[in-house]
Amino acid sequence: MAVQDAFANPQTTVVLGGTSEIAGAILDGLVAGRCRRVVLAGRDPAVLNVQAARLLAAGADVVETLPFSASDLDGAEGVVDQAFAAAGGQVDLVLVAIGTLGDQTVDETDPARVTEMITTNFTWPAAALARAAVRLRGAGQGRIVVLSSVAGVRVRRSNFVYGSAKAGLDGFAQGLAEALRGSGVHVHIVRLGFVRTKMTRDLSPAPFAVDAADAARMVVDGVRRNVQIIWVPPILGPLVTAARHLPRALWRRVR
Amino acid sequence: MTVTDPRPKVLAGWGRTSPTRALVERPETVEDICRLLKTPRQRVIARGLGRSYGDAAQCAGGTVVDTTGLASIGPIDARSGTIEVGGGASLSDVLRRTLLAGWFVRAVPGTSQVTIGGAIAADVHGKNHHGDGAFCSHVSTMTLATPTGPRVVGPGQDSALFWATAGGMGLTGIVTTATLELLRVETPWMLVDTERFGALDDLMDAMAGSDEAYRYSVAWLDLLAPGAKLGRSVLTRGDHAPCDALPSTLRAGRAGGRPSRTLRVPTLAGYGRLAPQVVRAFNATRYRRAPRCEVGALEPWPAFFHPLDRLGNWNLLYGRRGFVQYQFVVGPSEAEVVHQAVAMTSAYRVPCFLAVLKRMGGSDPGPLSFPMSGWTLALDFPIGPPGLPALLDRLDELVAAAGGRVYLAKDSRLRPDLVPIMYPRLGELSDVRDDVDPDRVLRSDLSRRLGLDG
Repeated sequence: MAVQDAFANPQTTVVLGGTSEIAGAILDGLVAGRCRRVVLAGRDPAVLNVQAARLLAAGADVVETLPFSASDLDGAEGVVDQAFAAAGGQVDLVLVAIGTLGDQTVDETDPARVTEMITTNFTWPAAALARAAVRLRGAGQGRIVVLSSVAGVRVRRSNFVYGSAKAGLDGFAQGLAEALRGSGVHVHIVRLGFVRTKMTRDLSPAPFAVDAADAARMVVDGVRRNVQIIWVPPILGPLVTAARHLPRALWRRVR
Repeated sequence: MTVTDPRPKVLAGWGRTSPTRALVERPETVEDICRLLKTPRQRVIARGLGRSYGDAAQCAGGTVVDTTGLASIGPIDARSGTIEVGGGASLSDVLRRTLLAGWFVRAVPGTSQVTIGGAIAADVHGKNHHGDGAFCSHVSTMTLATPTGPRVVGPGQDSALFWATAGGMGLTGIVTTATLELLRVETPWMLVDTERFGALDDLMDAMAGSDEAYRYSVAWLDLLAPGAKLGRSVLTRGDHAPCDALPSTLRAGRAGGRPSRTLRVPTLAGYGRLAPQVVRAFNATRYRRAPRCEVGALEPWPAFFHPLDRLGNWNLLYGRRGFVQYQFVVGPSEAEVVHQAVAMTSAYRVPCFLAVLKRMGGSDPGPLSFPMSGWTLALDFPIGPPGLPALLDRLDELVAAAGGRVYLAKDSRLRPDLVPIMYPRLGELSDVRDDVDPDRVLRSDLSRRLGLDG
């Protein structure tokens, strides 16, 4: 039972997408601060357990795990409520780190896989955000951190299934941030560039690639400074913003 | 029912960090408060004038009781030298009233913009703590609205509840009225001696050596001064001026003092912030303008006790992200901790805009009362420098290891597991709350953040 402190350090964190490497690195940063209670909700129980053991060793008092699947559309509300219950009712920070890159070349021609991709990357996380926002609004304080992507800022030919889903989530989170103004709840949208993790290990790194630990530091710092849109790394902010306004003929050439 | 409709509001402490949202109720009678505490609620905390620096008077997702509707200031009983006041009366109003009759409140903190209830809940101290103790040492009786009903308490009546309330951060009930013991003063003027010190050691020697000769004593430190000048200071000590110390032109002067005009920082300034360079220059000027040694200067009482009150919302000067005030106390033999703290602010490259050092006298019996015999240092830091959280965590450890503690009324970031080390009698607060508030209706963001609600 706790609230965050003057440096925006949470004491209780719920992670949706708890198997994510970036989420793990962010949690390392939070546990190094004041975070003592963590609920890890994610797909693979084995990975969750490994993540949990590491956080306990790092100084967390309690780490609960909660397996769920982001394909189960009706489950979002229940998962959020279960996660809040496992956290003891009071949550300071909700980290939404759900997502899958998919395989663009296969996905784009397969309607079932498109549905699956949009569900996992947008529909389910958006439903979960809606529920988390209600819970935090009632609690009068808290933060929501949404892992978005630069891929959603301007969708590209090479990964538009993933990119369009992230664009949807990013837009939803922006609207939610406005809706929560004056509620004591803050929303942080993390626009990640290329982060070297297991999710991206088969891809060749894009320019300005960072490690998960660096990305996590930038996220924790952005939350501490109460920045709403956190670009990782920060240089992508002006670059991607400029790229949004490139003529299509030029944009097409951007790899 | 005079309770106005509750309004949801985002509230923060004076430091403007961690704002949270609560329903605000403003009852105007004691009955309203009792009724309010009886209706089932998630959590409730009282709030006076919002001068706690951290999150002591906010209650995320719960109800905040604005006590400023209980602002009665009763007649002075000249025989016993006491006054009965409402828990929501401001100290400023109380002082103006008592001064008209030649009385002063016996313990006055660095701002007069606090309510009497808040002064009790934090067991505030002033420049005379070394001789006169903290605020609650001069409260003879008070009425407390608790979730299990109103209670009249004093040092000799239900003393466990009385002392748990002294410094209890509002967790034992809401102070509705209190009777304060007053000090006879002949004039509203102060006789002040000022000395300047280039080194911290010399200052502390002077304070330890001759503070007892003065009723009031406090030192201002310049922690932005470069290198060897770090810790240069100005010590001001004084007492209420007797009538014959005044020139005849002042003798017939206004007793209570006209409220001096309060200046306000423009709201827009709250978006920017003072640069350390500006404060460094200001501090240097302040030091140089202070007399090397001056005896018996006359000063009006507000300038002596509450210089910052002239600037109504000075907290805006720290910018949008706000600031932390860190205050600790360590025993008389732990002067080294003060030296280390000063050195560390410099080593961590964290600019400290305001530093105040004071010697404290004995503690009162409150289990959560902050003051104890020794040295207390208060430091203001704007939020922002990356080294600040780590610096404060390190200071906590130093202070705890030296048997000292930090001031909860100013806290906004203490590590919860250090509270029982700094306040080993925390259990006594729980025992009292088991009696008056078994369901723990009275909770604040502070109490939840620090885990005080067990």
